[in-house]
Amino acid sequence: MIKIVSLNHEFGSVKALDNINLNIEKGKVTVIMGGSGSGKTTLLRLLAGLTPPTSGSIFFAGEDLAKVSRKRLYELRMRVGMVFQYSALLNSLNVYENVAFTLHEHTDLDESVIQTIVTMKLEQVGLRGFEDMMPSQLSGGMAKRVAFARALAMDPQVVFFDEPTSGLDPISAGVVSSLIHETTVKTRMTSVVVTHDVQAGLDIADHVILLWEGKVIAEGKSESIKQSDDPRVQQFIEGRPNGPIPFSRSQTAYIDDLMHKPGCVRMS
Amino acid sequence: MVISMIGQLGRNVMHGVAKIGDATMFGLASLRLLFSRPWQGKHFVMQMYAIGVGSLIIIVITGAFTGMVLALQGYHMLVKVGTESLLGPAVALSIIRELGPVLAALMFVGRAGSSITAEIGIMRVTEQMDALEMMAVNPQARVMLTRIIACALALPLLVGIFDVVGLYAGYLIGVEMLGVNGGVYMGETIDKIDMIDIETGLTKSIYFGLLIGIICTFMGHRATATTEGVAKATTQAVMLCSVMVLILDYIITSFYL
Amino acid sequence: MNEYKKIEMVVGVFVLIGVMSISWLAVELGQVGGLGKSGYTLKAVFEDAGGVREGSDVMLAGVGIGQVKSVILKDNEEAEMTLRINSGVQIAIDATVAIRTKGLIGEKFVRVNQGSEEEYLNEGEEFEDAESSINIEDLIAKYIFSGDAK
Repeated sequence: MIKIVSLNHEFGSVKALDNINLNIEKGKVTVIMGGSGSGKTTLLRLLAGLTPPTSGSIFFAGEDLAKVSRKRLYELRMRVGMVFQYSALLNSLNVYENVAFTLHEHTDLDESVIQTIVTMKLEQVGLRGFEDMMPSQLSGGMAKRVAFARALAMDPQVVFFDEPTSGLDPISAGVVSSLIHETTVKTRMTSVVVTHDVQAGLDIADHVILLWEGKVIAEGKSESIKQSDDPRVQQFIEGRPNGPIPFSRSQTAYIDDLMHKPGCVRMS
Repeated sequence: MVISMIGQLGRNVMHGVAKIGDATMFGLASLRLLFSRPWQGKHFVMQMYAIGVGSLIIIVITGAFTGMVLALQGYHMLVKVGTESLLGPAVALSIIRELGPVLAALMFVGRAGSSITAEIGIMRVTEQMDALEMMAVNPQARVMLTRIIACALALPLLVGIFDVVGLYAGYLIGVEMLGVNGGVYMGETIDKIDMIDIETGLTKSIYFGLLIGIICTFMGHRATATTEGVAKATTQAVMLCSVMVLILDYIITSFYL
Repeated sequence: MNEYKKIEMVVGVFVLIGVMSISWLAVELGQVGGLGKSGYTLKAVFEDAGGVREGSDVMLAGVGIGQVKSVILKDNEEAEMTLRINSGVQIAIDATVAIRTKGLIGEKFVRVNQGSEEEYLNEGEEFEDAESSINIEDLIAKYIFSGDAK
């Protein structure tokens, strides 16, 4: 469905992504995991076409997003949905208008038809009846679900999820995770999930991609990831504070800073 | 030491000039979207409501008190040399040429300009801009352009209203309260005001509106996407717009004289 | 949609009020010709325009009857003025024009002295006699020099 070839991305002199080559399979849940600064959010933004890459290609159903015109990009986005980390609901519109947004903007459907669709999507996420509420009145978990319903409004082929469970209580997180899994299975859509929630990620993934410092260090089914002998993978999976990714970020020697004299050790 | 200070000054100036170029390109890019589909008509109207109608009260109040103060001050100065019959034109000329456009613009910056910068900044922080992009709506057209055009069109209208309110308030004070002859007041005013005065004021207001629209949307767009970043951008936008209004005022005035 | 309709109406009213304000200013104070204000033009050639310019008043018997439309140099020698006269004002063909000052040191205006003939001037016709402005400096010079001669 989506093929990434030789993708590189830099922010000034910092290399965020280093020669990434990936395949996102159709109809499956692909989970991209990694620690902070591993480049996973950058990768998601590039996949969604929100940022153009420094070099490389992102083929969405055969078309290179890096080279496509803005108009074409918008056309392709009709088939895509995205759920943002903080839901990104449009604040001035209520739940109904948010979910119906793409339908109002890009279709000429009758209002009654749109109403039916919105009701169906809200039912799918378990929030039917909340149409009149404003985003500011919703809890984090509810907002996430509305955002999901909004992303599903035009029955997209691909949905991107940016940290879908972050900031949610265990129950809401569980709800969102299972929603992603079930919807993918039922509608055969393709889901790309970026997360650092290891448990949720491994649970729902059909395919896992582990990023570290801008490179892919592991890829495969959840089982094989869990059994990997790469110490970096192990540290991430088990959430160990110290390992290949060190606990201490300090650059200078401990004793120097204690003695307030960098580079000089007092031996008494 | 002095050399490094000069160096710093030079850097700041270069930085400022670069920013001006940046803002101009931003403004032009947004304005170019004026001619491309889909039309943002409905959203433009909504911005006119938020920006134009929203500023109405402050404009009317400022206009009224400006007119009244001018009449009061003017009378007491003119009566000393016996030319209080010229109060009408004195008030009218001040308002129509200078105080109307400038004061209205400054009030407008405080009310509408700051809210624009803040709104846009917050939309960026909460990723609403990205959300619009993902839903295939161009945020530059939907959010920026509508606001810029609304500013450019609303301000001249507001200045017109300011002028009328100010003139009337001046008349009330001058004629009803201070006893200047009504016929003389209006007669002299009509006599001494020319189309050129009104044209000057109106031209200023259009340019001011455009300037404010572009600067405020630009500052909101470039704000650091954090709460402090937005707050900082908002205050900076208000300050920058205010200063630019005064500078532009001088430039346009010198063109017309 | 109902909400939007309300907003649309309010914006419409706002724009209307704004445009009317500007129009009032332009018409009342700027004395823009106004829509449908008909009139006709007459010409007058002066030796010296003496400070009369476009927009200066044209008066007859102390009443404003029009404005100066343009002042241009004719034959590199004289000043040709085009006067816009309000419709309904009839000026005899032997009427004359002169440049006068409002008050002692006020602005200049064109004064029409009505003639006695029955026939009236038509569109584009020229006044037969145009008296240039009384120049204070010339007067003073005349006085001084005539005094000296004695």
